[in-house]
Amino acid sequence: MLRLEDVHARYGAIAALRGVSVDVQPGELVALIGANGAGKSTLLSTIAGIIRPHQGRIEFRNESLIGLVPERIVRRGLAMVPEDRQIFPALTVEENLRLGAYIRKNRDEYETDLERMFDLFPILKERFAQPAGTMSGGEQQQLAIARALMSHPQLLMLDEPSLGLAPKIVEQVFALIQELHNEGMTILLVEQNVSMTLGIADRAYVLNMGAVRAAGTPAELRQNVDLASVYLGGVG
Amino acid sequence: MGNVGAILQFTIDVLSLGSLYALMALGLVIIYGILRLVNFAYGELIMVAGYTLFLLHPTPLPWLIMGLLAVSVSVATAYLTERIAFRPVREQSLTAMLITSFAVSTMLQNAAMLFVSPRAKVVPLPELFTVQLTIAERIVPLRNLIAIGVSVALLALFALLLKRTILGIALRAAADRFTMTRMLGIPANLIIGTAFAISGLLAGTVALFWFGRTGSVTPEIGLWPLLVAFVSTVIGGMRSLLGAVVGGYVLALIQMAFSNFLPPALLEFRVAFVFTLVIFILLFRPEGLIRER
Repeated sequence: MLRLEDVHARYGAIAALRGVSVDVQPGELVALIGANGAGKSTLLSTIAGIIRPHQGRIEFRNESLIGLVPERIVRRGLAMVPEDRQIFPALTVEENLRLGAYIRKNRDEYETDLERMFDLFPILKERFAQPAGTMSGGEQQQLAIARALMSHPQLLMLDEPSLGLAPKIVEQVFALIQELHNEGMTILLVEQNVSMTLGIADRAYVLNMGAVRAAGTPAELRQNVDLASVYLGGVG
Repeated sequence: MGNVGAILQFTIDVLSLGSLYALMALGLVIIYGILRLVNFAYGELIMVAGYTLFLLHPTPLPWLIMGLLAVSVSVATAYLTERIAFRPVREQSLTAMLITSFAVSTMLQNAAMLFVSPRAKVVPLPELFTVQLTIAERIVPLRNLIAIGVSVALLALFALLLKRTILGIALRAAADRFTMTRMLGIPANLIIGTAFAISGLLAGTVALFWFGRTGSVTPEIGLWPLLVAFVSTVIGGMRSLLGAVVGGYVLALIQMAFSNFLPPALLEFRVAFVFTLVIFILLFRPEGLIRER
């Protein structure tokens, strides 16, 4: 469904990606794990069209994404929940969700989609008319995911959804990601929480210094890779 | 009775001037919010409206039509400068855009000098603008009341647009997190083009009343409105639309207070007094009066 081949990209002056190849099949939950600065977020930003790769191929459903601006890429069916959530704090929950549905033109479906979001995230119904910035971190994360889902993506990219959340909330977020996955959503997940991520992922890639150091199913990775060192950036 | 009249007159003066400042500041901040660009070519939007009125003067058109055409020229100029000048350098850097805005400003001013004249030209005004009302024994120009009415109506319309339409919601979102709005599929060009068009509409509307005060247009006429808009946004808070409006009225209040209450000997230094007070406001509220949330 999504295929990256030998992608190189710079983030400022730094070569943040040095020949990354990643592959996501329909219905899969694929994780990218690795230490801070390994290039995980850069990789998602590159797929989303925010950073332009200077070498390599990115294909989504057999069509190249290279050179497309972010607003075109989301129309191809790729939705992004960025690091730090990036909700619109001054806007109400309702307005955040309306913007999430911007590329959808069907008004009736919007109402149905809202109901579905309220089922998945009951708190959003409660907070509907409230400015999003007044919600807790966990609630904001739910809003960020709901906003992305409003666009009916074929593939959902999540960048560190557990960042800065209390342990109990982190568990809820992971349970939610698993639920979405069980419903058939294709997900590309970036995480630093390696053990929990491997608990729900079908496959994972270990990134280090902008390159893929290891890849495989969670069982394979647990057997072949010193996962404790993934945090520290050194993968043997 | 004399006191009531004085207070009323002062209030109307502050509100009418403040309304113009508020609209100007709003047009500047709407672009700053999205692009982080202080558009130094903003004052020229007033100028082009002035020259449009001047050029239409010999025509038999009713003034209202001339006014609408002048505002349209401001909107078109704002939109076209974005398309032609700013869009190509947008991806480069903020500095490139800033320098571009100086270049656009200089080019428009020079075009006015070259194709019209470096000297002041008389701008046609409607009869209505010369009407003086007497309220509580004080003389109040009708155009000041019209300025207040039109500005308040425009502000209300703008607030409604921002609150109720999907484009308005997108504009507010983009002012906060521009890249994120793009990742939701909202085209950057649509947002920025709309913001420039709105700034043109605001500047063009202000121009009609601005020339009601000055009566003539020169190539450099845009400098003072630009300065006023900039100072208003600094007072009110660069990142808040509400702040721009508040800043506009506060600046007008300060200016009118000094103009009215300074002893005659100091009156010629009133601008210096105004900006000194602005400096003090910024010392105590460096982020402006209205903080973002």
